[in-house]
Amino acid sequence: MTLLFASADASRLVRLSTVDLVIIVFYFALVLAIGFYLKERSNTGEDFFMAGREMTAWIAGLSFLSANLGSLELMGWAGAAYQYGILAAHWYWIGAIPAMLFLALVMMPFYYISKTHSVPGYLKLRFGEGSRALSSISFALMTVLMSGINMYSMALVLKIILGWNINFSIWVSSLTVAIYVSLGGLRSAIFNEVLQFILIWAGALLIPILGLTDAGGWGALKTRIATNASAEYTHLWSTLGRFDDNPMGIHWTGIVFGLGAIISFGYWTTDFLVVQRVLSAKDLRAAKMAPIIGAGFKMMVPFIVILPGLLALAVLPMKLTGEAQAIATGGHSYNEVLPLMLARYCGPGLLGLGITALIAGFMSGMAGNVSAFTTVWTYDIYRALIKRDGSDQHYVSMGRWSTIIGVIISVGTAYLVMDFKSIMDYVQALFSFFIAPLFGTVILGMLWKRATPAGGFLGLLAGTLSSIGMWAWVKVDSSALRYVALSAHARDMAENMYRALWSWVVCVLVTIAVSMLTKPKPDSELKGLVYGVTDIPSESYVTVFHRPWFWASVVAVLFLVVNVVFW
Amino acid sequence: MKTGGSLSIWFFIGASLLVNGLLIFGAGVYELFHPPEEQVVLHGLHANVWWGGILAVIGGVYCIYFAPGKGRL
Repeated sequence: MTLLFASADASRLVRLSTVDLVIIVFYFALVLAIGFYLKERSNTGEDFFMAGREMTAWIAGLSFLSANLGSLELMGWAGAAYQYGILAAHWYWIGAIPAMLFLALVMMPFYYISKTHSVPGYLKLRFGEGSRALSSISFALMTVLMSGINMYSMALVLKIILGWNINFSIWVSSLTVAIYVSLGGLRSAIFNEVLQFILIWAGALLIPILGLTDAGGWGALKTRIATNASAEYTHLWSTLGRFDDNPMGIHWTGIVFGLGAIISFGYWTTDFLVVQRVLSAKDLRAAKMAPIIGAGFKMMVPFIVILPGLLALAVLPMKLTGEAQAIATGGHSYNEVLPLMLARYCGPGLLGLGITALIAGFMSGMAGNVSAFTTVWTYDIYRALIKRDGSDQHYVSMGRWSTIIGVIISVGTAYLVMDFKSIMDYVQALFSFFIAPLFGTVILGMLWKRATPAGGFLGLLAGTLSSIGMWAWVKVDSSALRYVALSAHARDMAENMYRALWSWVVCVLVTIAVSMLTKPKPDSELKGLVYGVTDIPSESYVTVFHRPWFWASVVAVLFLVVNVVFW
Repeated sequence: MKTGGSLSIWFFIGASLLVNGLLIFGAGVYELFHPPEEQVVLHGLHANVWWGGILAVIGGVYCIYFAPGKGRL
């Protein structure tokens, strides 16, 4: 068994014991068992693609969050916390919570009442086939490409940490995901995501507990970080008054308007990877509660991601560096923070559970990508553009095959990235081009009934092209950064924030201008799709404690509290 | 939420926590009597004993509460 897992690489970070390997093998066996067990419940299109629309708020909410909580997310943001300090927590708080609550209370009724299968499906109902084709083709393409990049990155991490062969990691993990998603469809993906969510917490929670004990508590941790790095690393807002006052080189306007208002709303409310989980809820109240439950847990994720990065600044004896410098010097990179902390505190058994948490994170992210790709491909591309008159069974069969083909394309992308690493940067940039303008199109479509099909399509197209244009401008002429990001000191993340903001503004302005010049749809065609002409079911039949707005208010208050506490 | 037959997803989660907890607890108890040459930081806290125990107890409770045939969601 050990020979199978390990290559001849002697530079691995940790060495697994037999009990660690048993825990990892048990995990793979369990996720496959769930896939086989659920196969009998995935025979219709509604079952396979929408999990029968019978998930409870808790299952849909945890799955909603788990699909986002990939291992690269865990390791990447732990590394970012080491690099930028507590500023990285903005991506979990202002960069997520307001958008998740907005999805729950404002947008979910329209997604749910329209009975759409997907976000591109909503665009078809609201703006017509052109908008659906543009968003579905770009989403399907980018989803499988991103899945491949994540797959390669994870295999590389497993090679560094455990010395596992890259081919072995790629094929075993991708085949496992392909089997359980193609057998049980979205229901299998969702059930495994809930399991993976629990395992991620069980495996990662011990690091901050032991780390804080090791550091001597939060007060001592802050003192040690101030000595080893800078006191700025433990402040969330007070250093954002100037671009050059904080480790990220960002201004508070970029965080509030770029990240908080555009990027996070774009991702959490229109990225079908996460929205699909909520669409599987059993009724509208469950669909509204699911993102609120997800938001409550999202607020706690920094405890297992950001805090370990901060702890590493205080307790690790070595200095971590960027990837290129780490390779050149034989040191460790920022992205190795979590594995290094696992190796520091976790003995036999706990190490296996920690590694299982990382693998579970990777697989939940990949299954999310693959199941979303399968639905968009089958309903929004294949059925819409290639074969309109197939039977339900035909589309289920296409869903199973497209799952396998999606995984194969992802594996191909992983190998392509292995040979041409710069592709990774380009594909990640490409993915970001679509998110912000799509939010502009969807939100205008839901809240402004005057928006027309031509306005929606041209606005989406203009927003996307403007984002690509700004990205290319800075690539060709780096001095353009002072115009795009408002400062020559802005770093990559700050540039992304402002590019998203401008592309959203372009999308909205073009949509409004074109809509005012073209003929709107009659109200009768907008029922169930737009605010003002849709009857939203009353919640007066349930007690206050069962109403989504009550729990959204609780989460909102806690959100304000954590921001003030770590100001 | 029930799955295809009579098993709840929470039963699967309970089984996972129970098995993992017992394995980690067992490894921790073994280390009590056979201390490793290379010890992790804070080894003296024996985290694998109590963390494994906590996971096993939670998993056991879930397995019993959501056992097949109990009819709980």
